[in-house]
Parts: sequence; C-alpha cells; structure tokens
Amino acid sequence: MTDTVIHTNGLTRKFGDFIAVNAISFEVKKGEIFGFLGANGAGKTTAMKILCGLLSPSSGEAKVAGYDVYTQNESIKKHIGYMSQKFSLYENLKVRENIKFYGGIYGLRGADLNQKTEQLINRLGLENEADKLVGSLPLGWKQKIAFSVAILHKPKIVFLDEPTGGVDPVTRRQFWDLIYEAANEGITVFVTTHYMDEAEYCDRVSIMVDGSIAALDTPEKLKEQFKTNSMEGVFLQLARNAKRSE
Amino acid sequence: MPIVQLIILPLASDFEVKNIRITVIDQDKSTYSKRLIQKLDASEYINVAEYKDSYTKALESTGAGTSDLILTIPVNFEKKLIKENESTIHLAADAVNGIKGGLGSAYAAMIVGDFNREIREEWMVMPRHSEFPAVEITSANWYNPGNNYKLFMVPGILVILVTMIGSFMTALNIVAEKEVGTIEQINVTPVKKYEFIIGKLLPFWVLGMVSITIGMTVAFLIFGLIPQGSFLTIYVFSGVYLFSVLGIGLLISTFADSQQQATLFAYFFMMVFVMLSGLFTPIESMPDWSKMLTKINPPAYLITVFRAVYIKGSSFSDLLPTFYALLGLGLLFNILAILNYRKRAT
Repeated sequence: MTDTVIHTNGLTRKFGDFIAVNAISFEVKKGEIFGFLGANGAGKTTAMKILCGLLSPSSGEAKVAGYDVYTQNESIKKHIGYMSQKFSLYENLKVRENIKFYGGIYGLRGADLNQKTEQLINRLGLENEADKLVGSLPLGWKQKIAFSVAILHKPKIVFLDEPTGGVDPVTRRQFWDLIYEAANEGITVFVTTHYMDEAEYCDRVSIMVDGSIAALDTPEKLKEQFKTNSMEGVFLQLARNAKRSE
Repeated sequence: MPIVQLIILPLASDFEVKNIRITVIDQDKSTYSKRLIQKLDASEYINVAEYKDSYTKALESTGAGTSDLILTIPVNFEKKLIKENESTIHLAADAVNGIKGGLGSAYAAMIVGDFNREIREEWMVMPRHSEFPAVEITSANWYNPGNNYKLFMVPGILVILVTMIGSFMTALNIVAEKEVGTIEQINVTPVKKYEFIIGKLLPFWVLGMVSITIGMTVAFLIFGLIPQGSFLTIYVFSGVYLFSVLGIGLLISTFADSQQQATLFAYFFMMVFVMLSGLFTPIESMPDWSKMLTKINPPAYLITVFRAVYIKGSSFSDLLPTFYALLGLGLLFNILAILNYRKRAT
C-alpha cells in the first residue's frame, strides 16, 4: 500500500442531475505513467480536478499522496504538480520570473530557489530566453517550461491535463522525453491526452466513457483484450458506444 | 487619463448658473417698471433677452428655448405701488432644467427684493410713510467664502477617480486571471487564501496611494488647492478607504467570470458610488432611504473627509466617526469577499 499514490473508490461527482463522474475506482502506483483517456465530455477533467483539490467530490472516497480529498485538500496541494490544457504561466512575466514565482509559492527559498531556477533554465536550453517574456515564446516552449515548473518542487504526483494540445509531433516527442525523465526520478505522472500514440507511451491506461471507467490496463493487454493492434482501435471500440459528447 | 479628468471635470461641473435669459412683458411702461428691468439686466446672472407684449408670445420663446424666465409687470404697477404701497409682478420659470429654473427665479426674486428695499429707502424720507420694522437675513459663507466650486468639486472628483483605480482595476485583474487560467494554477498550489488576497490587494493599495498623491499634486498645480488640514489625515483616511474599495473589487471578482461581466458590475457600482456619494447632490437633502444607502457607500465618507480637510482643515479627531465607519465597511467587504473566494469549487 505504501507505493500507492492515488487511490479512489466509487468516486462520484454530480452537477445537478448530470453525473459527470460515475463511481470510478482505480489505483495509481508510485513512479507510474498513468494515461487517463476518454472522449470529450467523458469526465476526465472533472475527475482530475477533484484529485487536485480544485473541485469537491459528491460521494465516494479518494486519497492522493496519502491525503483525503475531502478534508486534506490543502495538504494534497503541497505534494502535487499541475499543468492544465489552458496554458498557465504568467505571460507578462519573464521565464525566470515565472519559475521563481511558482518555486516560491511551493516554499523554495533563497539560494536553493536560485540554483533550481538556473538548473532548469540550463536543462531546457533557455539561457538566451530566460529574460524574455513568456508571452513571446512559441507554444511548445511554453508547455515545456510549464511542465518543468510544475515538477520544480519535486512533487509526488504531477497531473497533466492535455499537456501537448496543439503542438507539432517533434515537440510532443520532446515533451514526452521530459515526462520519462520525471518518471525516472520517481514522480508519478497522471496524464490525459487525445493522442493515441501518447497512450502507447503510458505504463497503464484507463479509458473513460460517459463518466465511468470502461477499461483499465497496460496498453499491450488492452490491445490483446480488444483484438486490435493499436490503442486507437481500443479507444474507438469503447468510445463508439458513448452516449454523450460535446 | 484620470489626471485629464481631474483637470477637466471640476471646470465643467460648476453649479453656478450664469446667463439666465429673461423675457420681459412690461404692460405698465412706467418709470418704476423700467427701473426694475434695468436692475435685472445689470446683474451678472441675468440678461434681459427680449421684450414681448403678451404672455402667449413670451411662452413661445420659452418653448423655443431662447428664454428661461418670463417676468410680467402688470398695468398699474407703479400706481398701485405708490398708492397702495404694494404691488405684484409675475415670474415664471422654465423648469425643464430644474437647477437653472430654480436658481434663476431665486436670483430674480433676490433682485426684486433689492429693488423693493431701494424704493422703500427712498420713500423713508417722505413723511407720509411710517417706518416698517424689517428683519433681514444676510448670509456669510464660512470656510469657502467665495463659494468656489472648484474647491468643492476637486477633492470629490479625486475620490471618485481613486475609487475607480482601487476597486475596478483589482476586480479586472483577478477576473483576467480567471480568463487566462492562471488562477486555476494558483488554486492548485498550497498558497493560502489570505496570502493570495494580500498579494492581490497590496499592489493596488500602493497604486491607489500613489494616485492620491498625484491627484493632490495636480489639484495644487492646476487649481492651486492645498488642504487646510494635515496631509497625514488625508493619507490615513485614504489608506483605510482603499482597503474598503479594494474589498469591493475583490468581491466583484468573486462573482464575475469574465472581464465583460466585471465591467458591467463596475458600471453599476460606479453609478451608485457617484449618485449616492454627495458629489453633486448634498446627502442631507436626499430622502431617508437613500440617506441610509449612503451609509454603506464608502465614497460618501471619503468625499466628506476630503472636503472637510481641504476646505475646513478638519483634524483627524473631528472625523473619527467617519474613520470607524470606513474601517467597518472595509472589514465588511473584505470578509464577504474572502468568504466568497474559494480555492475549491463546490
């Protein structure tokens, strides 16, 4: 149990009569890259927001990094990183200022913060851009910076909500290299995506349909189970039966 | 932009009504009636625009907007005045513009009263008239002897401008973060609610204090106004005041999801702020229910304070109740805003 970082049991979220997330139960192990798939409107983002402490659940139980989402949601926040599909760095701050700002919020101070900031800038090869406004950089770069900022404080889990939306395949590939690096350092990665090639990179994948988890396993086993040779095949078979969509 | 407003608005919002145009129907055409008309025309507020021979014709020019007042001097005005020792004239005012109509007839009445006294004094020397005991009211304007409207308006307008900077810029700033999505990123961090709010309010508080300083500098350079009281009083009150309007801005931001929404809220609040602030209309002459509303309108307090300090030189202890009221409102708005600001949606 010690290496289970996310645990949910019957987690449900209703908006009025609409059941956005319907009794989902799953576990995510430490260091795993967990793919969280589903068509638009399937409830992925809602589920992720509950786990991040941005939204209260209606019923069911969930623990993230060992903390309860009902009562300890502020403690959860110290141990997670989050990067949303909406780009979330301050566009009118410089790259270095953004890194220091978020690092500071997570309690990094003084020399430690400076050192981590410079390390990050060097690792991303942004020495020349560090004093440029984030708003002036291309989207792919912004996303790499946003991800690196989200794991700057070495969280136990990083939540990525469609992190690679709208960027070219090369940049996506580079982004996934960063994800692997993070996973190797022991950070659990919880990622939603619409790209099926990215689903192949995950250790395990869950597919949500209409608020419920329709399938959950390694990509290999899912392909076996659904008798197809790609994740796209698996996804289409499941999503075709979906009743709701945006 | 606010500085330009501060310079231009006081000049435009002058209550003094000058150039009131009067149409005269002189049916008497006597010495005394001519004298009255001359006296009216000599005043700096009233111009005799035209002479008409009937009331209907005079009404036409009022209708056409070329005249504001109609004065009718009836036949036998002079005769009655001398024989019966009293006479009547008729004054009609165009009250479409209430202020102009009201003030116009008041000025005209004052001049007629003056005229009345003049002829009485002349007759006094004549033995056939007994001396009337007369009570006369003369008024002296304290603190602002020249009734200088700029002295009255500039501090008030300064308050409104600072209000806009304080509350609406805060609201728009936070709502902009909602739109861009950075607020979600902040909400997912362990940052404390109060840390976030202080982080948001403090820069605007400083900005507000700086703009008050700039505003007072402009008031001095352009209008030559210097507070009679102490600057410390002004700054202490401004500090507490900004605290309360920033609370309003924060409260707006918790309700609005987009900048358009926040702007609409802002317009609504601004109307209330200005109308109930006593900037243009004295709070004392408002109906009771709106007097109650001014009690929760922070600009009403600060305008009172600014005017008192600028014009009367009131000290901090004179204004202590106002200080507590502003502090109370500040706490109220900020507590409401903090309660309504949630890091986690329910």
